[in-house]
Amino acid sequence: MKDPYEILGVARTATTDDIRSAYRRLAKKLHPDLNPGDKKSEERFKEVSIANDILSDEAKRKRFDSGEIDALGAEKPQQKYYRDYASEAAAGHPYDNPSGYADFADSDDIFAELFRRQAQQSRRAKGADLQYRLTIEFLDAIVGASKRLTLPNGGTLDVTIPPGIQEGQTLRLRGKGAPSGGEGEAGDALVEISIKPHRFFTRDDNDIHVELPITLTEAVLGARIKVPTPSGVVMVTIPKGSNTGAVLRLKGKGVLRRNGAGDQLVRLKVMLPAEPNAELEAFLATWAPGPKYDPRKDMQS
Amino acid sequence: MIISRLDFLYRAELNQETLDVWIKEEWLIPAGTGAEPKFSEADLARAKLIRDLLDDMGINDAGVGVILNLLDQMHSLRKVMADMLPAVREEFAAPGSGAAIDPDQGRD
Repeated sequence: MKDPYEILGVARTATTDDIRSAYRRLAKKLHPDLNPGDKKSEERFKEVSIANDILSDEAKRKRFDSGEIDALGAEKPQQKYYRDYASEAAAGHPYDNPSGYADFADSDDIFAELFRRQAQQSRRAKGADLQYRLTIEFLDAIVGASKRLTLPNGGTLDVTIPPGIQEGQTLRLRGKGAPSGGEGEAGDALVEISIKPHRFFTRDDNDIHVELPITLTEAVLGARIKVPTPSGVVMVTIPKGSNTGAVLRLKGKGVLRRNGAGDQLVRLKVMLPAEPNAELEAFLATWAPGPKYDPRKDMQS
Repeated sequence: MIISRLDFLYRAELNQETLDVWIKEEWLIPAGTGAEPKFSEADLARAKLIRDLLDDMGINDAGVGVILNLLDQMHSLRKVMADMLPAVREEFAAPGSGAAIDPDQGRD
């Protein structure tokens, strides 16, 4: 994120009036509704309005100047502009205004044909697609789930989450969008998925990573222990002499996919007892591991 | 999706008085007339645009009317242009057919 002063093109000492007039000047130039064909204006306008949100508010500006908040703190949700509706609207909508080309239309048969087709098209036009967001639990994203979304109008929408869905992926539910204004089919519902992080699992594509704390005894002597996976607990053999950082691969215990599942990778982490242990200390004081035991031998210069 | 009058006032952050003026000026043209007009998502986005023009850009009431009129014309022109593009594209995709230049070609 760039500096809001830079975005508005004002000095750090600018007065409130300077900031307002700088914002007005940029808004008149960049407002997406005043640039219906320019997709990039939206990004720039968003930057400008975030900068203005910070600098036009005395308190926020002070906090920004003192480094308490950054420009990202004011992230805005995606907004739909009037142009987005105007470009989808069927011919003959209430705001349709043919004054800009009526003179061509009067004198040309091509236009008559075009309007006939437009009218036909608008009768058959599909309803609008509606966008929703759904936040799901980490495990639901791995093994799949079905969720019910409550809509702003009070209705509900059942969403089947396929196993292995990724952050930001969009599900298209055919015919669950807005109904057609005429005889066309309904639009689609587009559901963007976001996934909550998990307490101890992380995900890398189709593999699940987990860090597994083990005791010193389990590390030295080996053990069979319970390990959580997204599809339930499994018994895993820790080989004798397993060190911190050793990785065990549990085949097929990762993300379920149509073309085979990913793996779960278990990274071991040897934990000493939380409290000092007199017996362990006494034992180690008498223990002579020999000259080969030097974990820092690669670091000697 | 249809938005009721009260919902619309709330979501557009408008009071009834202002809404009455905007409808009277035909800045907004909701479906259904009288006491219970029905608004669309497009009306809502348009109300937001009007607020941006007035509040953020400091445009006065007369200016808003002029801008909306020109914007509506521009959108209608864009629509005509978008509808014509396929025909123009076809013409370019089949060079030499000359259909648009020679109106008699292809007639029986």
